[in-house]
Amino acid sequence: MRVGVVTFPGTLDDHDAARAVRFAGGEALSLWHGDSDLQGVAGVILPGGFSYGDYLRCGAIARFSPIMSAIIPAAEKGLPVLGICNGFQVLCESHLLPGALTRNSELHFLCRDQEIEIVNNESAWTSDFSNGERIIIPLKNGEGSFQCDDRTLNELESNNRVIARYVGLNPNGSRNSIAGITNARGNVVGVMPHPEHAVDPLTGPTADGLAFFTSLMKTRI
Amino acid sequence: MMLDTVARATSTPELNQPWRELGLKEDEYQRIREILGRRPTSSELAMYSVMWSEHCSYKSSKVHLRQFGEKAPKSDALLVGIGENAGVVDVGQGYAVTFKVESHNHPSFIEPYQGAATGVGGIVRDILTMGARPIAILDPLRFGPADAADTKRVLPGVIAGIGGYGNCIGVPTVGGEVIFDDSYSGNPLVNALCVGVMKHEDIKLAKASGAGNLVVLFGAKTGGDGIGGVSVLASETFDDKKATKRPAVQVGDPFTEKVLIECSLEIFKEDLVVGIQDLGGAGLSCATSELASAGTGGMHVELDRVPLRDANLSPEEILMSESQERMCAVVPPEKVERFMELCKKWDVVATVIGQVTSGKHLEITWHGELIVDVPPRTVAHDGPVYNRPFTRPSWQGELVANGAENLPRPRSESALADAILTLISSPNISDKSWITSQYDKYVQGNTIAAGPCDAAVIRIDESTFLGVAVATDCNGRFCKLDPYEGTQLALAESFRNVAVTGAKPLAITNCLNFGSPEDAGVMWQFAESVRALADGALEMGLPVTGGNVSFYNQTGAVAILPTPVIGVLGVIDDVRKAIPYKFSGVKELILLGETFEEFSGGEWAHLQGHLGGLPPRVDLKREMILAQFMHAQRDFISAAHDLSDGGLAVALIEMLLHSQMGAKISIHGDPFTQLFSESTGRILLAVNPEDSNYLVGKATDAGITTTRLGESGGENLEISGVLSMSMLHIREANQGTIPALFTA
Repeated sequence: MRVGVVTFPGTLDDHDAARAVRFAGGEALSLWHGDSDLQGVAGVILPGGFSYGDYLRCGAIARFSPIMSAIIPAAEKGLPVLGICNGFQVLCESHLLPGALTRNSELHFLCRDQEIEIVNNESAWTSDFSNGERIIIPLKNGEGSFQCDDRTLNELESNNRVIARYVGLNPNGSRNSIAGITNARGNVVGVMPHPEHAVDPLTGPTADGLAFFTSLMKTRI
Repeated sequence: MMLDTVARATSTPELNQPWRELGLKEDEYQRIREILGRRPTSSELAMYSVMWSEHCSYKSSKVHLRQFGEKAPKSDALLVGIGENAGVVDVGQGYAVTFKVESHNHPSFIEPYQGAATGVGGIVRDILTMGARPIAILDPLRFGPADAADTKRVLPGVIAGIGGYGNCIGVPTVGGEVIFDDSYSGNPLVNALCVGVMKHEDIKLAKASGAGNLVVLFGAKTGGDGIGGVSVLASETFDDKKATKRPAVQVGDPFTEKVLIECSLEIFKEDLVVGIQDLGGAGLSCATSELASAGTGGMHVELDRVPLRDANLSPEEILMSESQERMCAVVPPEKVERFMELCKKWDVVATVIGQVTSGKHLEITWHGELIVDVPPRTVAHDGPVYNRPFTRPSWQGELVANGAENLPRPRSESALADAILTLISSPNISDKSWITSQYDKYVQGNTIAAGPCDAAVIRIDESTFLGVAVATDCNGRFCKLDPYEGTQLALAESFRNVAVTGAKPLAITNCLNFGSPEDAGVMWQFAESVRALADGALEMGLPVTGGNVSFYNQTGAVAILPTPVIGVLGVIDDVRKAIPYKFSGVKELILLGETFEEFSGGEWAHLQGHLGGLPPRVDLKREMILAQFMHAQRDFISAAHDLSDGGLAVALIEMLLHSQMGAKISIHGDPFTQLFSESTGRILLAVNPEDSNYLVGKATDAGITTTRLGESGGENLEISGVLSMSMLHIREANQGTIPALFTA
């Protein structure tokens, strides 16, 4: 299965996302921000980093890139898209996902091994987990606090659109300890911690993150 | 103001020039006049003043630093030595690794965030300039007392600056040191080390050769920041009518650096440059004169072509600006089109500003008028050299006579337990996660080990698992007591930190932080330190691949502790075999090395407010034996931790805390000496009980003293006759200090 990994100027974790796709048995294809051809990929990953320097607001400029103009309509038609960290921010700015990611409650960058609980295993990117499964993957960001209005929060909670929550102390002040969400259809997922940095215990805290990528491999498109 | 051209300089020899304000001495100014046979133009004066500054010219340190070359051991590993932007060593499989450490002390005191951020940016560009992808950053840091008001201003800003820059360029920050001492009040040390990797054939040099090749400036536009950062605040001396004093601290933009890294690596991959230099201290003055000087000498630059952020900048200011994120490349004409295409792809501004000529002079014009006409070597390399006087300070004798070995020691069980708790909760020893958690250690996905591990271990090849281990170290108190021994102790500790991973140490770099070279006592400390490092490197057979000198770290007459930070790089053929810092399950704990009554300059004495005596004895040969043992026996060692600050008590507790494990330990001999001595050449091992006899036998064969301490297990630390305490309690003592001090 060919999975596109987008590189914006300022993207940092693109090589890691591509490695995770390979570890999951897929083929990673690099997609450049200035192109608008998705080259027939079966899924797209928007990796972490600081796209366009995160000037203005995180993900705000990336939203208008040519590659996003191709990804947005494809995602609306069901193409699986995973946004990690900055990619999650881009998905929110693109209105593929609701809410926004704001400054961590402690007001500084935080890098640590974070326990999260998978609470919805029906999305395209979480089907290889079991519900209630607790995993440890790296969290590393400065603006990871998920915020939205009460109506949106209700909608997310009542429609089972939260896919993962932080376990224990809330690391960044996210509402309802939300670590990741999905769209109504379940094909677009945004997650703040980094599953692509937990695919090999040699370099990550665990290999727990791999299931995000193997989930896609098992998704029938 | 009238443009000061070469013609005008020739016709107005008597014009008063602001050489003093630019930090030059009178004889230095006269020498410039002799070299040129006329007075310098204001642009030439600007160039000489920044390039002949202590920071760029090493004028006070040069005569000593020569020893690194003169005493250099024979090394097959050294591919590029001292003199280039960074030294390069061969790590096998066709890979070369470059590493270097630099100081950004003074800017970080004035403006902690930008000072530290641009310190990271600068060293990363040095590494990039060699043709390498930057793969790791380490930050050796020193601050004033942890509870001082100014430390609360400086430390959080420095940490946020390092993180803000390093996290955003996608290079993992994986180690370093954080140390507090009174002497760094007003003189914090912010050193930054970067490691880069490349294939042998991709090594690039800072050299402008081949007449007709084009000089291309690429990266950020040039602004008015950091003018004269390496010499003095100097902007107003050129034009008194200008009201603003421009800041001498540069402002960084990590996003521009990130795209510059990717763009440069693509340019290197297609072999489009014959020489490259980054613009750091002294900006364009440095880049143009060094490139030309290392080449055939001739270069013509049209300065008015430099893209500006501020159109009002004068030519002198453009030459001196230290605006960040800029590079200067020498590109053959037939490759310029492709070069420009790649810059366009990454939205990097690139401009041809000149070309290499067949002449011998660096000529710079401003809208067609000649404003600089100099032999580039006189700017870049033939700066002044000082043989500054150095003498052992008169107080040194009294200092070393007053050893900590004579201090009253804790004897009772409760006094010893208290001393241990005080030690592990002290700012220097306490857990630094509050700091390291602000750094991205995971990016690039090759981090095998990062701080608080003794050394950072980074994979450089995903298919063969080849990797490197890097560490930095220095105990400034040891160096104050004896700069020679202290420097070799820093070398020994850094070397041992690499060795405990099972890596083979390969090369040395350094960042020599000292007080004023105009103080004969400081100069003696410096001279002793350099002599010690050159001798030590020769004894261990490791090349010193480069380094950095930072002088004038003092407030009034009080200098910082002499702080020669030593970095050691080692190679690991298979990172999967790297010895970890923590273990799981029941292990036997074994101490390698001998323990003597050595407390002077150590952490326990420091907490008694004592500094005196002689530092622990250092034996580099023993360190080499230990390293060989660790490498040979790595398959039989579950975890290892170097003993240093705070001795066995601290090493044991650190290892247990990170392994989330208790232990039962018995101590033979005087418990205080066994637990608190900082004797060098010691390593704590955790070993599978079934392997321990074998391993002790092998150590004995190698002539290494072993002490079987006990076994891990349970939730308490029990040291017979000293302490029985829950690890939870110990953890709280160790982890609470730094957040309590620095959380806003």
